[in-house]
Amino acid sequence: MPSLPQKLKDKLLPHRIRLAWGWMRQNLLNSWFNVFLTLLCLWVITVGGLGAIRWVFTQAQWEVVTANLRLIFVGRYPVAQLWRLWLATLLVTGVLSFSWGALQGWNRKVLLRVGCIGLGVVAALLFADWVSALWCGAIALLTMGGGFAGAWCQQKSLWQSFKQWLPLCWFITFLVTLWLMNGGFGLATVSTKVWNGLLLTVFVAVLSIVLSFPLGVLLALGRQSPLPIVRGVSIAYIELIRGLPLIGILFMAQVMLPLLLPPQANVDQLVRAIAGLTAFSAAYLAETVRGGLQSLPKGQWEAARALGLSTPLTLGLIVLPQALRAVVPAIVGQFIGLFKDTALLSIVGLVELTGIARSIAAQPDYLGRYAEVYLAIGVIYWLFCYGMSVASRRLEHSVGTQS
Amino acid sequence: METERQYLWHHPKFWPRATQGLLLAVLGLSIAFCGSNLVANLQQKQLQIGFDFLQSQAGFNIGETIIAYKPTNTYAQALGVGLVNSLRILSLGIVFATFMGGVVGLARLSSNWLVRKLGTVYVETLRNTPLLLQLAFWYFAVFLSGPPFEKRVRLLGDLSFSQRGLLLPDLALKWSAIVWAICLGIGIGLGTWVWKIQYRQKVERNEPSRPWFMAIVTAIFWGCLAWVFTKQAPLTIFWPTVQENKTILSGLLLTPEYSALLFGLTFYTAAFIAEIIRGGILAVPKGQWEAARSLGLSPNLMLRLVIIPQALRTIVPPLTSQYLNLAKNSSLAIAVGYPDLYAVASTTFNQTGRSIEVILLLMVTYLAISLGIALVMNLFNRRIQIVER
Repeated sequence: MPSLPQKLKDKLLPHRIRLAWGWMRQNLLNSWFNVFLTLLCLWVITVGGLGAIRWVFTQAQWEVVTANLRLIFVGRYPVAQLWRLWLATLLVTGVLSFSWGALQGWNRKVLLRVGCIGLGVVAALLFADWVSALWCGAIALLTMGGGFAGAWCQQKSLWQSFKQWLPLCWFITFLVTLWLMNGGFGLATVSTKVWNGLLLTVFVAVLSIVLSFPLGVLLALGRQSPLPIVRGVSIAYIELIRGLPLIGILFMAQVMLPLLLPPQANVDQLVRAIAGLTAFSAAYLAETVRGGLQSLPKGQWEAARALGLSTPLTLGLIVLPQALRAVVPAIVGQFIGLFKDTALLSIVGLVELTGIARSIAAQPDYLGRYAEVYLAIGVIYWLFCYGMSVASRRLEHSVGTQS
Repeated sequence: METERQYLWHHPKFWPRATQGLLLAVLGLSIAFCGSNLVANLQQKQLQIGFDFLQSQAGFNIGETIIAYKPTNTYAQALGVGLVNSLRILSLGIVFATFMGGVVGLARLSSNWLVRKLGTVYVETLRNTPLLLQLAFWYFAVFLSGPPFEKRVRLLGDLSFSQRGLLLPDLALKWSAIVWAICLGIGIGLGTWVWKIQYRQKVERNEPSRPWFMAIVTAIFWGCLAWVFTKQAPLTIFWPTVQENKTILSGLLLTPEYSALLFGLTFYTAAFIAEIIRGGILAVPKGQWEAARSLGLSPNLMLRLVIIPQALRTIVPPLTSQYLNLAKNSSLAIAVGYPDLYAVASTTFNQTGRSIEVILLLMVTYLAISLGIALVMNLFNRRIQIVER
């Protein structure tokens, strides 16, 4: 009887286990070579994982990180003025979550995640530093509120009227943030020399991204232009910059820029760094955007011409929206690269995240604790870069590059 | 009827010319502005421009050299040493990164779930952290935190890892290497020829033949000839030996600086190359796999004749730009103290203050390296492109 063994089988091996077994046979054990590979991987994971766990919990001394958290995040920013940075973070996250909610929608899942992360951070900080915990709680609340407000505006189709004000809103946010960070107009001035750590990394990265984007688009258009002089200048710039290592360009910005400007013009070291990064990133961005421009069918140009649109209108309304949409992932990839490249500023004397890692590792109390410091800093970089790539994947869905 | 007035800007050539004129004017003005400032600044600091400083004595020591160098040598020679060091790191880095990227890229395509996930973790970790940080980690947390030389970690004999770096076997060529090279060259050339002929026989006339077997036999025959001629091996392997746990008698010592840079560059670039290779193989249309399978090609032939040639077409251009990135990233050697071209140039600038000359030299050299790599890769690229009728 064929049914009996089947029944017996069912009893001996419940359905779930058989499913799991089937999955394992298909994904882990489908050939002798794969059995070998699976065993090898299991061995690597066990040995490596156990070693890592043992190191993290018994050998590593995390005090070097926990004692220097403030240094890592804001560097030597005066403690009395820290509220300004908190306020700026609050403002930026508010506007950011509002924009995200309006563009992407805001559902219960995202809300839950933000709430959980916020609660976790607040709980973790509550015993150590209740002021920070309070600020973090406020930031989490505002993120949730901003996201909801954005999503609500989008649903009530208030969004269309808001949309045109969003860039202005961001511009004002930027000015206010800059004012809060730098001081003046009633606030005590804080020198850019003490903007260190993550603060400096994020500031430089954001400014360079914002500045290099239009420059890169212009260069890409210039390279595709029928005008010979414009094309020649663009090609020369792009190829020259792409042939040089970034560290050389940063060095040039630090050393040559003061030589090329009038002696009385005293350019801040930070400004020089941003100039170097922007000049570098724009050339690479231009090549990425060029890919998008080249992928656009010629018919789009011709159709726009046939409609009687002038060149600027054709570019602004027809060509650029489609070309940029096609290369969103590549552009975000460039931005992630730029964020990572800010680490090179530590070589030319700016104390950003990598620079602060070096100075922490050189503290006499924590000599030789390199691995802990670099791992902690690496996690911060990783969170930012991975977050950007996840956000870009979401953005691809909403701008419709993926069907 | 009133005719519409023709303004100057209605002329079809007006805007193109005006744009270019404006661009030229802006460029000219900024060059003039920067130039005059440069002259003024240089005069104020009493600096001159010229490459005569290259002939004066450098006076600084370089930690690691392949070609002979003393502090009494000139700046030009110091920069040459730096260039050789740069080439030494980037050529090995390219080879290792390609190999490792290939392995990881294939791992990410594996049918084995565990292997795939491990590949993903590798790529996502290494791609999302800065290279500089990884280099610092390799240098400070791995190589400099290793055990002291007396307590080195040994693998086989004195093949070991310690704070002084990696102690590896050294190879030395003998005079017979020339004979060996000639014989092996002929052997491999003939072997390839034999393989091609036999292969064509197999494919076209369906005659039974063993292309690989015959090719290898041919190559081995010539290898034996070389042995008969010279009666010795082409090179000697010096296994590392250490005297009294202190002095290294023989073997190749890779310094912590070089090792950290090599490891960092290889692992970082491999993550990007893995993604390129994965993308290239995935870009081969599914129909090609199915067609190859339905023709009855063995998996080996299917990969070699159908999949890889098509995948290479998408792989090679981005691979080239990864090689260029690796070459440029090798300038981060300065962060771990390996004296590459940029590090030497930086020292030269610090000692002489010749910023413009140093930057020009750097620019020309790196452009030449980049162009060299791009040239080789473009030749290769042209070979593998589709030959259209």
